Amino acid sequence: MPPFLYIFLGALAVVSALGVIIQRNPIHSLLALIATLMTVAILFIGEDAVVVGFLQIIVYAGAIMVLFLFVIWLLNLQVETGPTGHLALKLFGSLAAALLVTELFFILAPPHLQVKFTHEPVGYGSLASLAGTLFTDYLVAFEVTSVLLLAAVVGSVALARRLPGTDDPRAARKIAS
Amino acid sequence: MTIELIAGAIKAILMIVAGLSLSLFLLYFERKGSALIQDRIGSNRATLTGLGKRMGMPNLGIINTTIADPVKMFTKEDFIPAGADKFLHTLAPFLSLFPVMITFVVIPFGDTILISGHRIGLEAANLNAGALYLLATIGLGVYGAALAGWSSNNRWALLGGIRATAQMISYELAMGLAIVSVIMTFGTLNLQEIVRGQGGVWFGFLPRWAIFTQPLAFVLLLVAGAAETKRIPFDLPESESELIQGFFIEYSGGKQAVFMLTDFAEQALVAMLLTTFFLGGWQIPWLMRDGFHLPGGAFLALPALAVSLMGVVAFLVKVVALCMFLGMVRWTLPRFRYDQLMRLGWKGLVPLGLFNVLVTAFVVVATGRVQ
Repeated sequence: MPPFLYIFLGALAVVSALGVIIQRNPIHSLLALIATLMTVAILFIGEDAVVVGFLQIIVYAGAIMVLFLFVIWLLNLQVETGPTGHLALKLFGSLAAALLVTELFFILAPPHLQVKFTHEPVGYGSLASLAGTLFTDYLVAFEVTSVLLLAAVVGSVALARRLPGTDDPRAARKIAS
Repeated sequence: MTIELIAGAIKAILMIVAGLSLSLFLLYFERKGSALIQDRIGSNRATLTGLGKRMGMPNLGIINTTIADPVKMFTKEDFIPAGADKFLHTLAPFLSLFPVMITFVVIPFGDTILISGHRIGLEAANLNAGALYLLATIGLGVYGAALAGWSSNNRWALLGGIRATAQMISYELAMGLAIVSVIMTFGTLNLQEIVRGQGGVWFGFLPRWAIFTQPLAFVLLLVAGAAETKRIPFDLPESESELIQGFFIEYSGGKQAVFMLTDFAEQALVAMLLTTFFLGGWQIPWLMRDGFHLPGGAFLALPALAVSLMGVVAFLVKVVALCMFLGMVRWTLPRFRYDQLMRLGWKGLVPLGLFNVLVTAFVVVATGRVQ
């Protein structure tokens, strides 16, 4: 990927990430987050991590963000009016944020910042290499994670289940517990 | 280098223009074809000169659908309702058309041709992760409908938007599973390689099309694809009798036309996907690089250029035939109820898709095609 494109996309990702926290409307924030995810995915693809890039679009931009959209719709979130709370709280919050930014600056500022460009072999981000790593070196971790997710799915179905004849999901929950 | 660049640009433009003109053809077929099936006459009024009418020729309605309708659409007032989110209301139609248009570029529409010593593949972008690219761009199609429904400040539109989102997310899963079993069969994500893998014959006569090895996946992709296009019998997001027009109820003029165009472009895209994954793409039965090898030993030699061009024509014929089939399904079936739609998706197609992937995996391992 040519450097100017890399810088342009990076800047775009930062600007849209800023949009996520600056926008007052939750839907606009969500759109900015989708834009961030997309630009980062394009950066991945540009750096030859093609599969990771496309998976990011499929999983995050295509599925998880839609879930966020549903949550925003169903909770009926309104436009935020601004920070609320006690003045002392706001003051303390601003102070903590300023400290955090200073800390970040000292960590990231040169000469501590060491940028190293390594040239990965061609095809290191291909599906074959990704699948090879996932299903040989990390097979146990991968399978355990999938069992964990399955347990979560079964658990949520058990909790939300309605018994025949009742409209009360709590009846099923009593049985499940 | 330059000739490849120029060819790439031409192919990309060609693919998008082909998608748009196919949509226009589908619009015509929608009007006159549905009239034919439902025993009506259909559009038969507009003429350019009135000459044909005076000479007593029957009006086929071509002017109506290809010129009069689009001109009418784009010259109408572009109305934005009060309280609507102006920016998103304007963005939504293009957000729904854009993913479909960029998906066209990975579809292989032919083999390779030789131009002044350069071998040029007949696909706009030959991606190694083509199937992943497809799934990624199709997944993004949700946002157009969702945001159109939300930004219109209208209850019917929001209901339509929510329905569209839930439906597309549910059926994308079945679509992905159908595509996964084809990927496993051919061992590649590259669409051109998948089409190449469907060349040749079994038992001396049966083309090696994936529809014969993966019939279940074909049905899955057909149903899930029809659901993705949001048309009858899966048109719950816009169901006219309950939601009036669903997520794009508050759109008029050109933006409304863009939504309709998206519908037809999606129909063309689904037909292209089915052709590429299951009907051998540009492959013609018994046609090899050098000519026809008919079952029974007959051989008809053909020049390479003719073979390539015939492949492009074969691809188009298959796509148009599938488009017509999808259209005919539309005018034949009634609409599903919402619970039926969800049950079909989650309890019918997804388990079937998983089962198909499992069986495919066993067969692939048993036949020893794992590297």
